[in-house]
Amino acid sequence: MAYSMDFAPVIARAPDLVSGAINTVVLSAEAIAIGLTIGLCVAIARFSGPNWCRFLGACYVEGFRNTPLLVQLFLIYFGLPYTGIKLDADQAAIFAVSLNLGAYSTEIFRAGLVAIPKTQIQAGLALGMSHIQVMRYVVLIPALRIIYPALTGQLTLTLLGTSIVSAISAKELTMAGATIESQSFRSLETFLVVAAIYICITFAFRFVYWLIGLWLFRRKTPTGSATAGLMLDMQETRS
Amino acid sequence: MIQSYGWPSVQFLIQGLWWTVGLSLVTFVCGGVLGLIFALGRSLGPRWLRLLIAGYIQLVQATPLLILLFLAFYGLSFLGFFFPPFAAAAISLTLYTTAFLADIWRGCIEAIPKAQWEASDSLALTGGQTLRYVILPQALRIALGPTVGFMVQVVKNTSVTALIGFVELTRAGQLLNNMTFQPFHVFLTVALMYFALCYPLSLWSEKLKEQKSASLAH
Repeated sequence: MAYSMDFAPVIARAPDLVSGAINTVVLSAEAIAIGLTIGLCVAIARFSGPNWCRFLGACYVEGFRNTPLLVQLFLIYFGLPYTGIKLDADQAAIFAVSLNLGAYSTEIFRAGLVAIPKTQIQAGLALGMSHIQVMRYVVLIPALRIIYPALTGQLTLTLLGTSIVSAISAKELTMAGATIESQSFRSLETFLVVAAIYICITFAFRFVYWLIGLWLFRRKTPTGSATAGLMLDMQETRS
Repeated sequence: MIQSYGWPSVQFLIQGLWWTVGLSLVTFVCGGVLGLIFALGRSLGPRWLRLLIAGYIQLVQATPLLILLFLAFYGLSFLGFFFPPFAAAAISLTLYTTAFLADIWRGCIEAIPKAQWEASDSLALTGGQTLRYVILPQALRIALGPTVGFMVQVVKNTSVTALIGFVELTRAGQLLNNMTFQPFHVFLTVALMYFALCYPLSLWSEKLKEQKSASLAH
């Protein structure tokens, strides 16, 4: 028996999908803002802090990079109340995704900090640049340029990773899709539409990263595919 | 009846751990074979094939794994087959892994300087011989570090299959939590087991990358 696709029940629920998509974008944006802040702080602590700071930073990074996001989410949502900290589903979702991104971005930022040789800073100072100018033009922007593909690739993975928080019924796109699917029984159609929306959101985010890169570096900089993080060390050795 | 959390619980989790390992291996082997074919097609094939594979990689990398999984598990029944959770999990994880490994390995193949191809040409090697003896051995050395790094992702990605009811480590943790009501202990143990699986791989990957950097330095 041939299967005939029927998108009508899914289209009828378009408002739910739109609000789900907006929730996903908001959740990702919040997690990216918090996660990158955590990552930058921990990277600086691991780069120039005292030994105990480096050790704690390493524990955090390795702990979060070597366990699945889903388990971190369960530990935070179901496990933390045991220690007296109670979060609702949306808070737990932001908390887990931010901490996860924080751990990955720490490593990426650290690679950027390591990539600028000391002699380059000395050269900047010898040319009569002020410390702030050296920090801006010699350290921060070139370092950011080196890690930009890996960083944007990681942000894409984080955006897609937010679908996992539907497991604790936090409000976002996958949750909206699962609800529609369970009421309309049009599984294939529902998830095809949801996948298409995710693809649109991902490409929209990547376009924004591309624009930011254009503005930051005043030239075309490649934004990364999702594998760029794994290839980070390769690019360093090649350039 | 509420069980207490003890040694039998840990044994239950260890059973789940074996399924995680098994699913990771199946995924990595299938994804590796397909990934290699796709990587070769992407970097060396005719133009239409390159575009096709590039499109596949872009689409899969822009879709959450969970949605791929739902599509395979709930969606594919329109073909008239029922996929049990393990099959749906293996299929969707393989599709996902293929897209990533193909992308990584394409980068490694393209990182080999063009002069190597020209040198092989001038030595009258055939296309197959060039790949077999010149390009792939060098690409393999670059690829090892990122590939082992991606194995960590493969292991962690299998956790998502808990959400379609495949009883691997995370799902075993959920079930155990429902029996014992000790979420903190249960999920901490689960996290430690994943860590024990992934951390050695991470260390190995770092070591491989360092070796490669050192060998390129001189």
